[in-house]
Amino acid sequence: MARLSYLKALQRALADEMARDERVCVLGEDIGVGVNNVTTGLLAKHGPQRVVDTPLSEQAFTSFATGAALAGLRPVIEFQIPSLLFLVFEQIANQAHKFSLMTGGQAKVPVTYFVPGSGSRSGWAGQHSDHPYGLFAHVGVKTVVPATPEDAYGLFLTAIRDDDPVVLFAPAGSLGVRADVDMDALGPVPLGVGRVHREGADVTVVAVGHLVQAALDVAEQLSDQISVEVFDPRTLYPFDWAGLAASVNKTGRLVVVDDSNRMCGIGAEILAVAAEEMRLAVPPRRVTRPDGAVLPFARELDLAVQPQRDQLLTAVQEVYKSSR
Amino acid sequence: MSTDEDLYRTMRLIRRFEERAIELVHSGEIVGGIHPYIGQEAIAAGVCAALRDDDVITSTHRGHGHVLAKGSDPVRMLAELTGRSTGLNKGRGGSMHAADFSKGIYGANGIVGAGGAIATGAAWAAVKEGSDRVAVSFFGDGAVNQGVLLETFNLAALWRLPVLFVCENNGYATTLTIEQGVAGSITARAAAFGMPAVTVDGADARAVRDAAAEAVARGRAGGGPSFLECTAYRFDAHHTWEHKARVRYRADEEVAAGRSRDPLDVQGARLPEGARAAIDAEVEAVLTEAVAFALDSPAPDPAGALDHLYATGLRGRNGIGLFEGVR
Repeated sequence: MARLSYLKALQRALADEMARDERVCVLGEDIGVGVNNVTTGLLAKHGPQRVVDTPLSEQAFTSFATGAALAGLRPVIEFQIPSLLFLVFEQIANQAHKFSLMTGGQAKVPVTYFVPGSGSRSGWAGQHSDHPYGLFAHVGVKTVVPATPEDAYGLFLTAIRDDDPVVLFAPAGSLGVRADVDMDALGPVPLGVGRVHREGADVTVVAVGHLVQAALDVAEQLSDQISVEVFDPRTLYPFDWAGLAASVNKTGRLVVVDDSNRMCGIGAEILAVAAEEMRLAVPPRRVTRPDGAVLPFARELDLAVQPQRDQLLTAVQEVYKSSR
Repeated sequence: MSTDEDLYRTMRLIRRFEERAIELVHSGEIVGGIHPYIGQEAIAAGVCAALRDDDVITSTHRGHGHVLAKGSDPVRMLAELTGRSTGLNKGRGGSMHAADFSKGIYGANGIVGAGGAIATGAAWAAVKEGSDRVAVSFFGDGAVNQGVLLETFNLAALWRLPVLFVCENNGYATTLTIEQGVAGSITARAAAFGMPAVTVDGADARAVRDAAAEAVARGRAGGGPSFLECTAYRFDAHHTWEHKARVRYRADEEVAAGRSRDPLDVQGARLPEGARAAIDAEVEAVLTEAVAFALDSPAPDPAGALDHLYATGLRGRNGIGLFEGVR
């Protein structure tokens, strides 16, 4: 077993795929020097034809990657901040994603859009702190949010190998997570398969990204009163509804914790599907950012908007105590 | 190099294809309407005459001419416009998204200026694989105000990629005149990025072909991107829907003057005695076959409405209960 950090896992995944497949190339801003530490060393190893430092032209280089993918390459784009995805929503949602259907299956667009540092990074304020994964799940772009180093490695690998566009959000809150892993056992993790991090009988907590660790803490804290099952969907689209149903049908109680906005968020979708299709004993709850939130700068305000452990703890207790 | 007959044949094919398509719009067989290319045929014919099958093009809403000139089968193209499963895109794309990857046609595009970056990425891929393929992005004068296209000029020039940007300046961005929409000159914008930019008469297929051939040769030789502005007049409406909307933005005199110089006549006059009539008859037979094929082809099965949504074959939920027996 070796100690592997989440950030190092991302770096390793990209390096391994570039070594394995000549068609994989990476584009983005400040990736030559590796500002986010994911692309460190790749320029020296593979040269500027495969590690492309781009001008600040997000819309152009995003569709540039689409064209390169249509012509047979497998580009990975690193976005320095999640809000840049708003800028290139047209290029991803309206171009890359739609090519396969609109061409009657003639085209495939194997581009990975990668955000190493999504959500709050403390003090980065309104335009650097969003977590817009729900938008991509809504339009049907494959959307991945790994929570652990081994999943970061395995899901990044799978995203790059996938023949469709995939957005991979690495939450800023996860980058420092470390785990003891068997390096030889690292490998691709399939899209659409969730993971039960902790089994439980009373309440299912669905946690997205860095909130998996928060959910595990809460589960541990409540362990003498409530048996909490922690379910990590790992990919938000496709979502592992069967895996979630297996959990919810067992516990009958559901809480979702998701660090994105409440209205039309992924949490709303999870609750809706559970209400429609699963055996819920009591009404479910979700802990999210507020409706339409913009993250304020001051630390106290930033934290006030993000879902907190004590909110999750309270939600789990309330769901556990409530009855029809 | 293509002959005068070749150029005329392509232009005549586009013209009659469009005329037959407009009839099918009016008869209700083509749903949603089309953006007619009539009057601009010399541009598609001239530029594509300078290209090989393995070169890539991206196109616009007004894309029929480009797709046909690049070599797609007009029969399957018309079937696509009528939404049949025999169409180029199996009826999933229609007029605005017609694509044919076997001919390097990465598709018409419903978003103005969106194809530029896609073509440029394809040009980059060609260079990386060591080929001398080039990519051409067609767009209208309206697109030169799109930020993504200007960003793309920078990338293409910076990295000296073999891409040819073809601006079809027909004077109108839907109903907005070029005077109302474009500051400065179109070619000066391209030249500012350090690429050769020239204006040619878009009603003259030879002139377009020669200018495109020079730019394509430069691209193949590693000379980087070029920009070609082709002046043109759109004979018909921006979209067939205009006839119902009854919008008025062009004076009758202007339209008459614009139509008076027909690119088919310009090119047709260069043909030897009898050649034009022979080509016209040949094209007519193709279009007769195309219309019959389009109308006889089956409509797609609704059960397959989301076939091809993902290259990997992923299926989402259908909006009904997924887990049988739960409810």
